[in-house]
Amino acid sequence: MQSTKKFTLSKFFTYLVLSAWALTTLYPFIWVILNSFKENKYIRSDTFALPLGKLFTLENYQTAFERVDIFSAYRTSLVISCAVTAVVVLLAGVAAYGMARYRFRGRSILQGVIVASMMFPVFSTIIPVFRMMHGWGIVQFDNLFLSWLCTALPQIAGNLSFSIIVLMGFIRSIPIDLEEAAYIEGYNVFGIFFKIILPLAKPSFATVAIFTFLWSYNDLFTQMFFLRNKRTYSITRLLAEISSQAGVNYGLMVAAVVLVVVPVMLVYILLQKNIIKGLTAGAVKG
Amino acid sequence: MENSTIYKKKGPLIVFLVPAFAFMALFLYYPFAMNIYNSFCKISGLGTAAEGVNEPWYTNYVRLFQDEKMITAIGNTMLLMLLTIIFQVGIALLLALLVDNIHRGAGFFRTVYFFPIVISATALGLLFNLIFMYNGGMLNNLLLDWGLISDNIDWKDENHFLTTMFSPVMWQYVGFYFVIIVTGLNNISPDLYEAAAIDGANGLKRVRFITLPLLHNTLCTCLVLAITGALKVFDLPWIMMGQGMPMDRSWLTGTYMYHQTFNAGDVDYGSTIAVVIVVLGVTISQIANRIFKEKEY
Repeated sequence: MQSTKKFTLSKFFTYLVLSAWALTTLYPFIWVILNSFKENKYIRSDTFALPLGKLFTLENYQTAFERVDIFSAYRTSLVISCAVTAVVVLLAGVAAYGMARYRFRGRSILQGVIVASMMFPVFSTIIPVFRMMHGWGIVQFDNLFLSWLCTALPQIAGNLSFSIIVLMGFIRSIPIDLEEAAYIEGYNVFGIFFKIILPLAKPSFATVAIFTFLWSYNDLFTQMFFLRNKRTYSITRLLAEISSQAGVNYGLMVAAVVLVVVPVMLVYILLQKNIIKGLTAGAVKG
Repeated sequence: MENSTIYKKKGPLIVFLVPAFAFMALFLYYPFAMNIYNSFCKISGLGTAAEGVNEPWYTNYVRLFQDEKMITAIGNTMLLMLLTIIFQVGIALLLALLVDNIHRGAGFFRTVYFFPIVISATALGLLFNLIFMYNGGMLNNLLLDWGLISDNIDWKDENHFLTTMFSPVMWQYVGFYFVIIVTGLNNISPDLYEAAAIDGANGLKRVRFITLPLLHNTLCTCLVLAITGALKVFDLPWIMMGQGMPMDRSWLTGTYMYHQTFNAGDVDYGSTIAVVIVVLGVTISQIANRIFKEKEY
């Protein structure tokens, strides 16, 4: 009898602590979404109230769409992040395939090169990268396409090593028999990569793609260097600008936060299994 | 695998490896080396040519020790590292041990805890600015409602800025370490727990003598990640504490490097700070690795 009681009590406290932390994680987001439907003054005076009746307004979103160019920022973010993701998945995919399947001299050195490059913080490469691309003449803040390119290139490089490591681990675990069967049927190695490896390793490719996309979408530091003209702002860059210029327009701030967070939230809810699995596979992206 | 005839011919390997490694060489290794060289030069604009080597060449490195803001930045970053290890990894460990005991809802908690990590730190910075706002911010309102304070607290003044700056950073990444530790816990064989139960070890004893020792390597990984992670922090403090406010007291190595490069226009000094960030990361994680050596079981 006593043990059952103790059992339920400890269960109760377990759930209490776990739920308390879950609340600190969720509540700020719920709070900001609720407040985005309130007028500026009520955000401060009735901060915990539900946006019902006279409190409810869509004004903040109206301001957000009128005062700042949200759609063009979404477009920039999407273009840059999709391009980065596509290039990373392709280059890291074939590199991981080569590293996993071929035996050649210098292989362990290259492996060391990949692991070591994960240790370079972006701070330590960004200035020379900027100067190098400036030397090539592609750092032009007024040019939309070149601004995208300049942001994408360092982001691609920054994501390659993590992606190669995750994919290499997975490709190694694929039994080689299938590749041999395909080889006998007349496929060359490129055919094998696209017809056998890619479909079989789909889950880990998905993980790599999601991580790269989110990292690129959220990465403010690189964007601060290369997106300097309002027209070329990505959504994250725009948010940083709003935070420094909105002053006391809290309504605009909450609406902007919601507009940035909601797409990511949807992606996360849809794909969270892949995202968390990916973390445990690679484990090292901060 | 070595004997597979498919991979005897090494020709295609060039197509597979060259693009990725060329990218890394051009955008990581070359700039990394160049950055070290730059730290000895005199460069007054991001896009302008270096005006030769500093006289003497180590000028910037001497300056580091005389620059009070840099000393503040290093101090704050080290503090952040320590707090990260204690609170982030600590809270994550507690939550992971608790989740390990339950079946229902474990997946839900994992999903919720991990969520802040995928959100841009820029958005979180803005969100926390509103939470910590002086007049009508969520926290002040909450504390006033509960009667814990009688006047609004200025969360960004000299007495509170460290809490205000660090707690969102801590909060965001607890879920990251939580997932890593839960994975480590799942790798512990249930047989061990059964054996322990037969020997009479339950509850806290079980945690102390079985779970924690077997988590040693996982916790080592967390430690190194926490150290290198603290050096990478930029977005959140930049949004919340722009320009080192209050009174140049809140600089971190990352934000100060950006400030010197961009706002102060001292590009070579910015490069020097970047070198310091790398040196700190490598040294401290090496020391941590020595102390908490990975063990084989």
